[in-house]
Amino acid sequence: MAQPGVAQPGVAQPGVAQPGVTQPGASQPGPLAVAGADPGSPDGELPISLFSSHRPRLRGRAGTVASTLSTVAMIGLIVALVASNAAGPFRNGFLNLHQMWIAFVGDPSRGILSVGKGFVLNIWLSLVCEAIVLVLALGIASLRLTREPVLLPFRALAIAYTDFARGVPVILVMLWVGFGVPSLNLRGVSSQSPVVYAGFVLVFSYSAYVAEVYRAGLLSVPRAQIQAARSLGLSSRTTLYRVVLPQAVRNVLPALLNDFTSLQKDTAIVSTLGVAEAVHSAQIAGGVEFNYSGFTIASILFLLITIPLTRYTDRIMNRDRNRRLAGTTA
Amino acid sequence: MTVDRNLGDDTGRRLPESGGTDALAAVDPDAADASTDRLTAGEGDGDGLAAGDRSPVLRAAGVHKSFGALEVLKGVDLTMRPHDVVCLIGSSGSGKSTLLRCCNLLERIEGGTIELFGHDLADERVDEDLVRRHTGMVFQSFNLFPHLRVLDNVTLAPRRVLGLQRKDAEDRARGLLQRIGLGDKAQEYPDRLSRGQQQRVAIVRSLAMQPRLLLLDEVTSALDPELVAEVLDLVGELARQGMTMLIATHEMGFAREVADTVCFLEGGVIVESGPPERIFGDPTEPATRRFLQRIFDAGRL
Repeated sequence: MAQPGVAQPGVAQPGVAQPGVTQPGASQPGPLAVAGADPGSPDGELPISLFSSHRPRLRGRAGTVASTLSTVAMIGLIVALVASNAAGPFRNGFLNLHQMWIAFVGDPSRGILSVGKGFVLNIWLSLVCEAIVLVLALGIASLRLTREPVLLPFRALAIAYTDFARGVPVILVMLWVGFGVPSLNLRGVSSQSPVVYAGFVLVFSYSAYVAEVYRAGLLSVPRAQIQAARSLGLSSRTTLYRVVLPQAVRNVLPALLNDFTSLQKDTAIVSTLGVAEAVHSAQIAGGVEFNYSGFTIASILFLLITIPLTRYTDRIMNRDRNRRLAGTTA
Repeated sequence: MTVDRNLGDDTGRRLPESGGTDALAAVDPDAADASTDRLTAGEGDGDGLAAGDRSPVLRAAGVHKSFGALEVLKGVDLTMRPHDVVCLIGSSGSGKSTLLRCCNLLERIEGGTIELFGHDLADERVDEDLVRRHTGMVFQSFNLFPHLRVLDNVTLAPRRVLGLQRKDAEDRARGLLQRIGLGDKAQEYPDRLSRGQQQRVAIVRSLAMQPRLLLLDEVTSALDPELVAEVLDLVGELARQGMTMLIATHEMGFAREVADTVCFLEGGVIVESGPPERIFGDPTEPATRRFLQRIFDAGRL
């Protein structure tokens, strides 16, 4: 390593690098300059150091002590901030336990809807929508992957749909459908409950995302797997359901769970249509009480669902990675 | 989830059990009763193989196949009778694999004819799923289903295609796995097995369908040298039991040992074919001599 660097002074210097006439831009080392070629190292000896230039990481007992100290310091800082006099309005406005309780159970006499009851609707909506999305998206993905000539226009339609649904904000579609469709005065269509419009919009938007996830999964299954299955006499349908789809879903399960978490959160957008779900109820409570602790309790409810879901997703991802690593050594 | 049980008039049809005999393969020609070897869906009763029939299992004539501008098969003729073991040799790209894949309709031929069990594969009444049900295929890269345990890999097709009950299919699979010494691996996932074990499971997976013809596509080419023997031993045992096999292989010693007929392919045609003693001992065609000389020089013969 040191060789080229040491030899450099003897080599004819390129014009720019003349000592004394160094230009401002020429200070960075050229391709020949070698980091280890400091003047202190004797010729021919490789200046290799195994000592880290960084402070060594604390290990064992020292590490435990260090992590405990830093954690305590962090928690202390947060408690000090929240408990300080200056944070009084924040505590009262956002973290008021009494107000949280009022928002959570509701108070019909003053028109306050229950955030708790509303959240049940959020959960129902996300579960029903997810079930429909999982089926519908698979159809869309299969349509995009088919090479059947008759289905060509449908394939084009599927592409146009996924582009549109993924490219437009969910809230925009929500407003469009939620307020637009009733104004059309279509028999049977325009007179539905806002929950139905909301569900339709969520399914519409998320089917596009999930279809793309499925498509990636289906493409990740090697063609040889399909040929092996067909060679055993399995029909194309059985091959899809028993061989391709299980592998495809396994490969994209984390992505599917991610999208489900997202869908769960986006049920909050339904509040724009005035549906009495958690966020809308919290809004009402906030307006009546002039206190926004209702939003806090709504957030907590969402987190109670989404955090376990994301942890579960992480676990599955790790398990998959470990299995793949085990597979390579076999 | 809907499962394809659309087996039509074949639902009630069971391949004869090989239980009782200790054969891996259904070798009994009597087992080939007329109802099991029919390939065309629909009518056509009574045109199957009669007991002891020596009429060809496979008859290829003037087979042509191209991939784009590349003509891979340029008129291949080949006839196989029951219990024949035919080895295809030749350098990579000579068309061995393509010929195998045409025989179970993974590829469609463009010229000539392939007849399987007396049926022209070009006949539009031929159901490709029925062709493949009676024709086992083992691949170079095993292609076991990674999401299924070994046992389920073996029972999938018997259950879904032949309509066997889970218990019957598992009994059959366990029997086969035990015979190849992998009975204790039934509950493992394929990635826990060595590559040699995986390939043997892949062969058993084909055998569980009790095929009338087994196509082996360079089944040892993806194996470490020390694992080749266990797979070749299994194939050799099948040959001794009378399984009809068409084998593409680079293992010349193995071909010499098990084949009834060796076919040397070059440039998409069978240049020379005959019994192994003649092909390896006294080949007449210069191309065959050159090929075998190269193999010999590489120390592989």
